[in-house]
Amino acid sequence: MIQVEHLTKRYGLITAVSDVSFTVDKGQIVGFLGPNGAGKSTTMKILSCFMPASGGTARVAGFDVFSQSMEVRRRIGYLPEHAPLYGDLAVGSYLEFVAEIKGVPRGERKARVADVMARCFITDMQRRLISKLSKGYRQRVGLAQALLGDPEVLILDEPTIGLDPQQIAEIRALIRSLAGQHTVILSTHILPEVSMVCDGVVIINRGRIVAQGTQAQLVEQVFPTARIEIEIGGPREAVVAGLRGIAGVLRVEDLAGADGAVRFLVESPRGRDVRGEVVQLVAARGWRLLELHQVGMSLEEVFIRVVAGEEHGEIAATEAPAAPAAGAPA
Amino acid sequence: MRWLPIFKKEMRLYFGSPVAYAFLALFLLVTGWMFAQIFLIYSELSMRAFMQPMAAQNLNPTENVMRPLFSNMSVVLLFFMPMLTMRLFAEEKKSGTIELLLTYPVRDGEVLAGKFLAAGAVYGLLLLLTLTYPGLMAAFGRIEWGAILTGYLGLLLLGSAFLAVGVFVSSLTENQIVAGSATFGALLGFWLIGWGADAAGGWARTVLQYLSIIEHMDSFGKGVLDTKDIVYYLTVTAFALFLTLRALDAKRWKG
Repeated sequence: MIQVEHLTKRYGLITAVSDVSFTVDKGQIVGFLGPNGAGKSTTMKILSCFMPASGGTARVAGFDVFSQSMEVRRRIGYLPEHAPLYGDLAVGSYLEFVAEIKGVPRGERKARVADVMARCFITDMQRRLISKLSKGYRQRVGLAQALLGDPEVLILDEPTIGLDPQQIAEIRALIRSLAGQHTVILSTHILPEVSMVCDGVVIINRGRIVAQGTQAQLVEQVFPTARIEIEIGGPREAVVAGLRGIAGVLRVEDLAGADGAVRFLVESPRGRDVRGEVVQLVAARGWRLLELHQVGMSLEEVFIRVVAGEEHGEIAATEAPAAPAAGAPA
Repeated sequence: MRWLPIFKKEMRLYFGSPVAYAFLALFLLVTGWMFAQIFLIYSELSMRAFMQPMAAQNLNPTENVMRPLFSNMSVVLLFFMPMLTMRLFAEEKKSGTIELLLTYPVRDGEVLAGKFLAAGAVYGLLLLLTLTYPGLMAAFGRIEWGAILTGYLGLLLLGSAFLAVGVFVSSLTENQIVAGSATFGALLGFWLIGWGADAAGGWARTVLQYLSIIEHMDSFGKGVLDTKDIVYYLTVTAFALFLTLRALDAKRWKG
């Protein structure tokens, strides 16, 4: 549904986006992750036909964003960063304007506007001037205008920014409900949001894609082994020997433990869970188990590893991802 | 054509804020005062004509009241027109709404048409309201409606040239004050350029006179339709609108 190939955008001497390629399949929700200034908004501006790329191509719903811009524009709903809206219009009349400009037939306009207002929880606000709305409501009006006309593709630049926790949950549920019929690409820097809402993830840093795939794929790429961290009250040498003795343990790293306890990072192949054996071992030897938890499993850790790796000039392990696209089913 | 929703939105913004009301009220106040003054002088002249029948030969209410009024209105428009156009694009750029507007399925030309016609509609309403002046005169005497009609056609053409220049300047900046004052400066420049005509001789005089944006209004006020003047205003309008489209396109490339 969205195909981006070798996309590059330069503003004068600054290269905002450099050689970005990814695809999003129909009905998928893909999260665009990256630190501020990474090129997320620029990519979205190009996809929404607001500005042309300096190089590369982008196709949305099968149409080129530059040469077939009108066809693309008929099929997208776009929410730019900060939800720019006309402050001097009332919510209802603004949405009617959008419905009209998007070509919603006259007879359906009222019903469609009422529908998106209900879905975005702004029905009570329809007579209010947009300039009088709080940030959260403005954001939802912005989302409502993107949904008008029932576009195949939604491009949402930070859709939940400025919302309170309750509103965030509602909007996430709304976006989640779009999966299947709509293809959604959304940017955010709230990592848990991606875990909750998105099927696939594209991580972008300094204008380049540093990792992409489903969340599970990313975790596997960045952390090829399963890791647990444990803290045990027992003699160091014996504990190390005992842990190494467990079948499947690849590596045991000694971390500093406090007050007579010892702390280790234990790696095992993915899919081989050694936690049960560790507990049995501790119980059999009469040691005390103080702590045991898995590490390196969350998107947050992936993100920090990948982006920080870039900052330090390392080549992240995921530079050439095996996963073909961000669009594979989660 | 998708210009209609944009036209309607602009009208809502004009009349949902004080802009249109301030424009209409202030313009009518200023020109109403001018009309009253010109009319008073004219009535004094008529009184004197009672005593000197010879002088009465030159008295003509259309020529002596409406023609100077048209010329005064053109100059006042120079000050007022930027009020209508300054926010058209500058505000959209400042608030970022242009990003949404230009990603809806409308062509730049349709966006421009909607905005230009909306400003034109407010201006048209203004012209309708100023019909009070010839209306008042007609109530007290006979006037030549033909000359009034050409005068209004002139104002319409002059106004569309002013609006087009204003829309173009507004598309260049995101600051409304800059858009407004630069439009005023440009229009003033186009007027003052004609002042040099008297000093300059030969072909320079002809050129400078032709360029002057208000000079062309005079023949309309006299009840004369001159192709040269009509072509002048239509050319300025078309050229400024064309430049606006180029400016919108350039903005995309620069980002």
